[in-house]
Amino acid sequence: MPILWLVLIVLALGAVGYILGRQRAMASAGGDARHLHSLPSYYGSNVAIKAVVPALVLMVIWLLVQPVYINTHVSGMLSETAIPDNSSRGLVMSEVRRTAEGLSNAVNQGLMTEEFATSARADMADVTQRLKDAGQIVTSEVTQPIMRAAQEYRVLSSSLQLYMSIAVILLALLGAAWGLRESQKDFRARNTVEFSVRMLLIGAASIAILTTLGIVLSLVFNTIEFFRLYPAADFFFGLNWAPSFSGRGGSSDLGVLPLLWGTLYISIVALAVAVPIGLFAAIYLSEYASSRVRSVAKPMLEVLAGIPTIVYGLFALLTVGPMLLKVFGDEGLGIMQAGTAVMTAGLVMGIMLIPFVSSLSDDIINAVPQSMRDGSYGLGATKSETIKQVVMPAALPGIVGAVLLAASRAIGETMIVVLGAGAAARLSLNPFEAMTTVTAKIVSQLTGDADFASPEALVAFALGMTLFVITLGLNIFALFIVRKYREQYE
Amino acid sequence: MYDAPASEQKVTQNTTKIAAHKVQVFYGDTHAIKDVDVQIEDKTVTAFIGPSGCGKSTFLRCLNRMNDTIDICRVEGDILLDGEDIYDAKVDPVQLRAKVGMVFQKPNPFPKSIYDNIAYGPRIHGLAKNKADLDEIVEKSLRRGAIWDEVKDRLHAPGTGLSGGQQQRLCIARAVATEPEVLLMDEPCSALDPIATGQVEELIDELRENYSVVIVTHSMQQAARVSQKTAFFHLGNLVEYGETGQIFTNPVDKRTESYITGRIG
Amino acid sequence: MTDAATNPGAATPRKSSLLTLDDRTRRRNASEARFKAYGITAIAVALFFLIVLLFSILRSGLPAYTTTVADVEFTVTQAQYEEAESQLFKTKAYEQLFIAQLQDQLTESGMQVEFDAAAIERIMGKVGGNIREFYQANPDQLGQPVSFELSSSSRVDGYYKGRVTREGLQESRFLQLSDLDLVDALAEAGIIRQAFNWNFITGADSGVDNPGGAGIGASVVGSFFMMLVVLFLALPIGVAASIYLEEFAPKNRWTDLIEVNISNLAAVPSIVFGILGLAVFIQFMHLPQSAPLVGGLVLTLMTLPTIIISTRASLKAVPPSIRDAALGVGASKMQAVFHHVLPLAMPGILTGTIIGLAQALGETAPLLLIGMVGFVARGYPDGIAAGFVDPNSAMPAQIYTWAARADVAFYEKAWGGIIILLLFLMTMNIIAIILRRRFERRW
Repeated sequence: MPILWLVLIVLALGAVGYILGRQRAMASAGGDARHLHSLPSYYGSNVAIKAVVPALVLMVIWLLVQPVYINTHVSGMLSETAIPDNSSRGLVMSEVRRTAEGLSNAVNQGLMTEEFATSARADMADVTQRLKDAGQIVTSEVTQPIMRAAQEYRVLSSSLQLYMSIAVILLALLGAAWGLRESQKDFRARNTVEFSVRMLLIGAASIAILTTLGIVLSLVFNTIEFFRLYPAADFFFGLNWAPSFSGRGGSSDLGVLPLLWGTLYISIVALAVAVPIGLFAAIYLSEYASSRVRSVAKPMLEVLAGIPTIVYGLFALLTVGPMLLKVFGDEGLGIMQAGTAVMTAGLVMGIMLIPFVSSLSDDIINAVPQSMRDGSYGLGATKSETIKQVVMPAALPGIVGAVLLAASRAIGETMIVVLGAGAAARLSLNPFEAMTTVTAKIVSQLTGDADFASPEALVAFALGMTLFVITLGLNIFALFIVRKYREQYE
Repeated sequence: MYDAPASEQKVTQNTTKIAAHKVQVFYGDTHAIKDVDVQIEDKTVTAFIGPSGCGKSTFLRCLNRMNDTIDICRVEGDILLDGEDIYDAKVDPVQLRAKVGMVFQKPNPFPKSIYDNIAYGPRIHGLAKNKADLDEIVEKSLRRGAIWDEVKDRLHAPGTGLSGGQQQRLCIARAVATEPEVLLMDEPCSALDPIATGQVEELIDELRENYSVVIVTHSMQQAARVSQKTAFFHLGNLVEYGETGQIFTNPVDKRTESYITGRIG
Repeated sequence: MTDAATNPGAATPRKSSLLTLDDRTRRRNASEARFKAYGITAIAVALFFLIVLLFSILRSGLPAYTTTVADVEFTVTQAQYEEAESQLFKTKAYEQLFIAQLQDQLTESGMQVEFDAAAIERIMGKVGGNIREFYQANPDQLGQPVSFELSSSSRVDGYYKGRVTREGLQESRFLQLSDLDLVDALAEAGIIRQAFNWNFITGADSGVDNPGGAGIGASVVGSFFMMLVVLFLALPIGVAASIYLEEFAPKNRWTDLIEVNISNLAAVPSIVFGILGLAVFIQFMHLPQSAPLVGGLVLTLMTLPTIIISTRASLKAVPPSIRDAALGVGASKMQAVFHHVLPLAMPGILTGTIIGLAQALGETAPLLLIGMVGFVARGYPDGIAAGFVDPNSAMPAQIYTWAARADVAFYEKAWGGIIILLLFLMTMNIIAIILRRRFERRW
């Protein structure tokens, strides 16, 4: 792994720089550390940072830019005629990449010589056969333009890799030299090092912004791409969800409304379960329970919160679904056809949300000052009167915030609905029917083997965008309410 | 009870409202109140004074069983309200607190409108037959709380929007609205500025007409200004109890003298 | 508001005795008791759900840890070996040998059952092939008695676990009613028995037609490599970000933006992180699909907000007097933070990190989008570098794959996998609790 080696070389240069920088600084002070501006280790660190950081930053940027550059360059080599009718440039490019990778692997395994792999006159059938022998996945016979492109791809990436190594090591050496030159006794090494560390800290903190940016950009670009292939109005106002299964072309109906309805319906059922139970549990735990009961019940609720959603999904599919079917199915009331239904997913999601609602409400109820309660008790109110008429109204904004956060959780929940809600998109009022949600469809549209350029796959990004906007709105609103509420009592 | 000859005439005027006998209070293992005997008179302002942590607030909270809300607190001895033991198993603290109202150190209006703050007590105790009745109670209570003129135009504004002194008078009016027989006040002016304090003190003096008022205060001047009887607590003991004038001018116990002259506390 | 305001007949109970409860108080106390009962019911319902959940996990998952095996003592002489090898259908010949010896064993224990080769194949799979492979690998064992442990087919296993019943059996080329008689006879002779299913813990995913051979081991390894990535990225980045925000950040727009961002990222649905991973790491950066490295990166981004929030809380809990003391002896701000504040906050930070890791370990949805579905976990990676980049799955994704398969025999595996997943989570949480108990400081 050459990149690993490159990193190790740069780190080694940094280590050597540390020792040299320290020595040089000590020498400039005549061997007495008290004459230095900073501790000797800071001079060493200064050199090490100057050697390592710029070099590694260059490497990361290079690694990010290189594939983009190679892609555009090689893609430019492919003429329009080299692209089959039923394919796209993107598909051909991935074929090129696969072939190039295959060639490299075959060379590594000794099934091909380097000359053979780079030879322009190689027989295509022979190449294909050798690639297959090397265990590489090659779809059909490798065509001449693809082979050419793949060869160019290989040459370009290996030479760029070489340039990168040279550039990175050079930069590391230059940085080390610069740092060494600075290592004089009057140089303020500590301040320089601390400035660099501070920059690192800022960089780490900015990753949160980068993540959001990454989410927004990846959603926006692919959503725009989707709307180029599929009219936005049909997506937002379509009442029918029926993607064609071929994954390419075909007439798919991709209306989001049935999915939004399913999401909403399941979330409502979930909240109808979680909010009363969670709220009453929180009230009981914070106002009534003795500390012994609290010390048992609270961790139990936290266990419920710590269980991964896949477990709840399985619970819905294999336990709750069949149980509901027994009661409401053909043998019982006869209004339920299958175990997967809005009710199943909603009920289980509600169970999942109970600890979420109760712990948030608990915090909020505890934030209501004791003096309020005292005032009420002092007037002769009972505990429940105090809770209903003083504590709850005071805590209401916070609890609304908590419920909104729970709603955003319910809307974004995936595994429970993938396993428990069913796959059919429907606009129905019957909670015992199977419906599906935005999240479940994101999973199913992106885990099939559909081409990423088809509207059937790209719709997942538009769905993701819808989901992101809805949950973000709910979160911002809820956090705003909760924060306002906290400020009120601080 | 400490008997002072000078107070005799007043004692005969007023009947005993609350009689405490050998009251002990424990917080877990801490013995917070030791053997307190006191008789609080009707239609009188009684002040509890003493250094911080002397138990005066704790004792006050025993009088309407507010200590019940604290798990580790235990009360022994008898406290009689009109001859009935308030710690009797048959007594519902809810009923007791309707008779013995309380005003707290920090003004604590509920996050509701001024009207609803006052109406809260009458509503839970069912004191009003109808809306007009309730309106009347609210107005009467606000007038008694000496705050009616300031808030009559904004009865439906939130009570938390008032100034500190107004809030405290609102809380007093709120306590009065349930028509208690005794009003307990736990340092009602400690969070207020001098002007608001003056208003509240004036109000306390007026309340004496109808109620027995017990006030805990840190300020000896305040005790001297508003109370007729004063009890001095020290380290959980009731050291001295008598006419306010006598306590401040001619204390019997050395500790009382030290405290009011500023040597302890 | 209550109905009290307009309650008729609510005569003011003035001057009533404290020792008698009036009607109104009695009613109010009843409503108090009701309200309290609602609270108790809510807690009871939540705990009931928890118990049902744990019960169904244990009841349905424990059978995954046993499997049905057949113990057969078996001898092949040199002559028999040579003869079998000389025939056209070599495995058939071994099978004949096996059946003859099995028949002997049954007669020895006094049982008379007729069976043919097809029945044996239905019950124990391709016996002949297994035997041949064994002797080809170990020719020195020829002529000596060897004890084979053959795993039985998943339907026979299902018969033992109650999934397959005599009444509900549909005769097919996989299992016939007469086979069950043979199975009963073999069980009585002590040949077929239940054994601990090591393969489930150590094995890899099998094909859709072989639920018996499915194991979770490979995806445990996948999860492990992912957690390594998360630990080595999320911990340093999270701590660095928290130190900046808590100790150095000036109050300005940029800091506000970061803060709002972090609290929002903590509530973004996990599937959105999957989309991010797919679009950025796989489509844009061309990192390998289904690789634990990519899974780790996605989970790192997802866990960072959790770690940052808990780390900031621990940093905030260190009293300012410690910072002042360090600054007072002439340390720089940086030195005060790194020499004094950070070590004191470390137990809290580690606790938060472990809880974040536990969250990441159970996360499924984003992994599905970057291709870490269960069926890619076909074996162990060879080497550490391969562990990061070779296609693999993770525990929750493997469980999902099993749950989504049509054959009900896989459901048992899914529940069994959940037991392992929960054991890991429990261990991590217990470590976190111990850390907290041990090093928690009250200032």
